Amino acid sequence: MDIIDIAGLDHSYGQGETTLQVLFNITLCLGQGEFVVLMGASGSGKTTLLSLLGCLRAVQTGRVAVLGQDLNGADEAARIAIRRRVGFIFQAHNLHESLTARQNVLMGLDVHGRLPGSEAAAGRILDLLVLADRIDSVPATLSGGQKQRVAIARALVGNPEIIFADEPTAALDRDNSILVIALLRRLGSARGTTTLMVTHDPRIIDSADRILTMADGRITRDERRK
Amino acid sequence: MITVVLARVLGRQPIGWLQLTHNRTRLATALAGVAFANLLVFMQLGFFGALIGSIAIPYNGMNAEILIQSSDANTLQDGSPIPRNRMLQAAAQPGVASATAVYYGRLEWKQPDGTVRALDVVGIDPQALAFRSPEITAARGELALADRAIIDRRTRNVPAALFREIEAGHAYSIEANSHAITITGTFTLGGGFGADGYLVVSDQTFLRIFRNRSPGAPSYVLVRTLPGEAIPAVADRLRARLPDSDVAIRTIAEAVARDQAFQTTQKPAGIIFGFGTFIGALVGIVIVYQILATDVADHLKGYATFKAIGYPPRFFLGIILEEAVILGLLGFIPGLLASLGLYAIIASATGLPLEMTIGRAIAVLAGTIAMSMISGLIATRRLAQADPADLF
Repeated sequence: MDIIDIAGLDHSYGQGETTLQVLFNITLCLGQGEFVVLMGASGSGKTTLLSLLGCLRAVQTGRVAVLGQDLNGADEAARIAIRRRVGFIFQAHNLHESLTARQNVLMGLDVHGRLPGSEAAAGRILDLLVLADRIDSVPATLSGGQKQRVAIARALVGNPEIIFADEPTAALDRDNSILVIALLRRLGSARGTTTLMVTHDPRIIDSADRILTMADGRITRDERRK
Repeated sequence: MITVVLARVLGRQPIGWLQLTHNRTRLATALAGVAFANLLVFMQLGFFGALIGSIAIPYNGMNAEILIQSSDANTLQDGSPIPRNRMLQAAAQPGVASATAVYYGRLEWKQPDGTVRALDVVGIDPQALAFRSPEITAARGELALADRAIIDRRTRNVPAALFREIEAGHAYSIEANSHAITITGTFTLGGGFGADGYLVVSDQTFLRIFRNRSPGAPSYVLVRTLPGEAIPAVADRLRARLPDSDVAIRTIAEAVARDQAFQTTQKPAGIIFGFGTFIGALVGIVIVYQILATDVADHLKGYATFKAIGYPPRFFLGIILEEAVILGLLGFIPGLLASLGLYAIIASATGLPLEMTIGRAIAVLAGTIAMSMISGLIATRRLAQADPADLF
């Protein structure tokens, strides 16, 4: 089953004479459980593609279906509904400075409504990411790598069907990078979670099922590894 | 503890509370701002209430149910004199037990230090029971003597020692419009916004102080009804019998309401206090808006992340309103306490009936929360700047 199905996707910024087209005729399918790496030079369109597939921007032209939902003409409510089924890991941790690590992770669960066992689930995922002793710490007291792991925990705690990640291991040391990659791979095989990740980390590229390369707004290479 | 309680009440993490308490210095500043706005509103409402209350004081002291005053009168002080004959006509009507004329005038009482106190001088018939005050009633014999007076012990800016001396039997002479008056006793009433206090004299003494006034033209007439008589019915009867071209017949309650309405809507003091209340509320809205707008700006990236995760717009509205209500509630408490202190100080210094009522406190609390929520709703416009698409 295709989790993401794109055909003839174009995207532009600006209007009139200042229009800048950044995506050209993207056609792509991602299957369930695939671990896909997206590579390309800066300005090649990776981020725009990620934000369109993550329903953070409205689709302009082309056909895009995510988790079986057609995004063409989808209103904000429909996009919000899909966003609740996906996990985002941003290059910057984007943690809420007023919330502790546990409270930040709980935000990834509470979007579905406060459920019994939420606190325990947040504790478990933080434990998996070796943050059990920093569970009640606010971001200001965490290292860069710890913050990034809390952000990853927040993205994963709600058992998302797709994970969109932008350089998630950029702030992590080698051991923690390996830990995070293993966790994402385990989710893929155990729960069928699809991962689309922008990265230039060779350790992640080596473990990817598929590598997409973009240049000048086009997918120039689609390499299936496994 | 509060976090747990709020989480239960809200059914989600109390993000607003956590944001506010994260920066304690800013929270303290914010609460001081809200408390200041509360203080402004409380003081204006306090003065407004004191104005209303002080207007009612002399009416409530009248030993009468109906007041006959000039048709052009809005207050006890501003009407033209009326024909004394109206008193005799009123006394002759069925249902009327008695009618007595009262003369009113304002006197400037020069103090030894050169300052001036404004006294409302009330001239009464010493034989009649014009006022309920037992002290005035007891002084009627003394007042029947020429040029004797009793003074309101709540008169502002007069040393308390003077009243103690008078009460100890040491008469005190003053010059009243170039006429020597001897004050031989005191009574309790309380000054208003117009005069510093009251002086009660006999009608004869009054006419000696105010030589331009005529015995045939008192300021108003106090009418007592017979026991069991319906006051409105007697008032209607008087209206039917007395010419409405020169006098107005009002029950005491009607006269109080008319005086209060006039002074609060037509006179500067009432308008100023009403406007001051509005300004206080406006200051509060601006302060809370600034606090919340800054808070939204500081957390834009966090809000954008929550948007990306899938939180709907009402979630963010909830956070900001949560902050607004918390600021309103927590800021109200120091505002109330500071107001209670200032009420006591000002009431002591001025003798004005400046009192905190439960109704006023609840109204200001409700107004504060409403004001904070209005500010919060305005501040939510900044949420539009939190764009999750900018996060990647």
